[in-house]
Amino acid sequence: MRRVYLDNNATTPVLPAVFEAMQAYFGEHFGNASSIHHHGQETRAAVERARESVAALLGCHASEIVFTSGGTEADNLAILGVVQPGQHVISSTVEHHAVLNSCKHLKGSGYEVTYVPVDGRGQVNPDDIRRALRPNTRLVTIMMANNETGVLQPVEEIGKVAAEADVYFHTDAVQAAGKIAIDVKRIGCDLLSLSGHKMNAPQGVGVLYVRKGTSLSPMLHGGSHERSRRAGTENVPGIVALGKAAELAREALVRGDLETMSRMRDRLEQTILSEVESAGVNGHGAPRVPNTSSIYFDCIEGEALVIALDLKGLAVSTGAACSSGAIEPSHVLTAMGMTPARARGSLRFSLGKQNTDEDVEFALSLIPPTVARLRDLSPIYNKKEAVSS
Amino acid sequence: MSQTRTIAVAMSGGVDSSTVAAMLRAEGYNVVGLTMQLWNQRRLAGHEGIPESVQGRCCSLDDVYDARRVAETIGIPYYVVNHEERFERDVVRPFVEQYLSGRTPIPCSLCNNHLKFDQLLIVAQQIGADALATGHYARVDFDDQLGRWLLKRPSDRSKDQTYFLFGLTQVQLSRTLFPLGGMMKPEVRQLAEHHGLALAQKPDSQEICFVPGGDYKKFLDAYLAEQGETLPDTAGELVTTDGEVVGEHGGIHNFTVGQRKGLGVATGSPLYVIQIKGDARQVVVGNQEDLYSSTLRVYRTNLISVEDLAEPMRVMAKIRHRHEGAPALIEKSGDDEILVRFDQPQRAITPGQAAVFYSEDIVVGGGWIA
Repeated sequence: MRRVYLDNNATTPVLPAVFEAMQAYFGEHFGNASSIHHHGQETRAAVERARESVAALLGCHASEIVFTSGGTEADNLAILGVVQPGQHVISSTVEHHAVLNSCKHLKGSGYEVTYVPVDGRGQVNPDDIRRALRPNTRLVTIMMANNETGVLQPVEEIGKVAAEADVYFHTDAVQAAGKIAIDVKRIGCDLLSLSGHKMNAPQGVGVLYVRKGTSLSPMLHGGSHERSRRAGTENVPGIVALGKAAELAREALVRGDLETMSRMRDRLEQTILSEVESAGVNGHGAPRVPNTSSIYFDCIEGEALVIALDLKGLAVSTGAACSSGAIEPSHVLTAMGMTPARARGSLRFSLGKQNTDEDVEFALSLIPPTVARLRDLSPIYNKKEAVSS
Repeated sequence: MSQTRTIAVAMSGGVDSSTVAAMLRAEGYNVVGLTMQLWNQRRLAGHEGIPESVQGRCCSLDDVYDARRVAETIGIPYYVVNHEERFERDVVRPFVEQYLSGRTPIPCSLCNNHLKFDQLLIVAQQIGADALATGHYARVDFDDQLGRWLLKRPSDRSKDQTYFLFGLTQVQLSRTLFPLGGMMKPEVRQLAEHHGLALAQKPDSQEICFVPGGDYKKFLDAYLAEQGETLPDTAGELVTTDGEVVGEHGGIHNFTVGQRKGLGVATGSPLYVIQIKGDARQVVVGNQEDLYSSTLRVYRTNLISVEDLAEPMRVMAKIRHRHEGAPALIEKSGDDEILVRFDQPQRAITPGQAAVFYSEDIVVGGGWIA
């Protein structure tokens, strides 16, 4: 069966060049990067080259890059690593669970947390952050791009608000990396999270950018790896892969590959909207990353649509993937003011570097008829039809 | 050109539904495994009387894990669909309210009517399946002469689940398969072994899936506490069948008809709960003979083998899952009400349970005991 994968916000395939770069570090160059001997020196050099590559992607110094096990660890380290007891954190209602649940953990331990709302397009108002500031505010953590809608937050303005108030600013850029240019100086952030597997490196590696001078307590205690900010022997193959993926992401941005992706996304979106009634784009009108489209289909259970499409070879998602495999209405979409029913009837399409025009054609050949069949069998839709006719 | 039929299998993670999936797969159907996530087992964990960690029940992560492993072993696509909201509204809430009004509910029948053979059947159709198969012990056949779908008792009488399925409509039955209807349980386990299923010897589940340890009173307390509600005060009097007050009780939800223990009254002969008067908060007690009665009325009826009950009909009527069934005459006594007259008085007819009518192996229909 032909299978097309349009769920690249969940994870991306490792690009062949990335896989090739990391392979040697499983066997041929296997040393512990902390070892004194030749083997250690080889892998140390590889780790530092990768660090420089990631630093180049973000516009920072290599010493400001901390490798982690992934985006979740980076978010946890950023939040739990800078906040002290009695302090206040400002976040938003549409953050990834890695941020939301880190904040929830803080709240449970007696810290103060404020969640600023978003508007109907999914954006935070920087003035809301300004108003939420307190004398004991230590950290503002607002994502750069939303994983479900792709909506971009006004991080540069938020960075200014944080700088004026002299509080730390962390941004989860996991869904932005490789999709738009990221410059930590322009954003004005002190901390920024990346995840390898969202940008064509493997699962199990991530990055926390920590601006020089930021006071960060480690979460993992052990050796003095990563300048004592993250103990534990480095995941050398993963780090090498991430370095290569960062290099490829930088080249793709320069080449303008993302404009091609944006055109594909727009065609997918516009064709669906023209062929399917009672559907719309979540976050419409807000700036978005070029690969993501979240679309609601009224009177549809999103999970049934995902299953029906999967059985025909198209992989998409209802929103955030849940580890149990079950699906709850998206907190992101409900925070944007959508009803739980409409949130549950939303699908996320996310393109990746490997997708082609033919993939989009394939998706478009399946989506409108499948939606129509689900609606034919939906008691709610038929009731609505009966009322309106 | 004939296309291979696609069949969705409702997989609970138990041996029965797993074997159904394996059988159908081996027969060459396109099989899709579906598990309904109905209740979050962690929700009430930590409330008084509810274990911190609950193992091996319906919808637990362990059962989903088992179902997923089976799907992987036999090579079928498998999905979990979330119907927690609907389950709470149509099964858990009514369960709580029935107990609070002094009745003894059967959540499994409600789940069959509102979830398994309603929501899940819709999902099955939506994803392109021609039918939904489950691991219930029952049979479904189309009778050409009657022009109706019939629900029948299975070969393994000790596993008969037709009592819980009396609410199925003709449309639901027409889209349902019960592949275990002709098999005995030991055969099912053998077949599971044969198909290499690791859970072939997994014990049967017995209790109500969302009530940990089977203690419904603790569940009521924990659920109401979680909802920010308090258990309504339904304490009142224990009275005899003559109306004489013989004691007090702590709340009507603690009682069920036929109960002997926990009445807190010492008398010469054993006392039983005869009736629970919800409005008056009275629990009527009496001796063994008082428990017997010859008639009952059911409402919210469903008829399967007949379109309508135009004439009175002789049936065997079952008044609880473990009841043998007793000869009775049923007749329509109202718009959606059937009067059941037993030939011999029956013990402990319990409001909230179902009465299900059989004509030999065929389920005629049933309703909820008023």
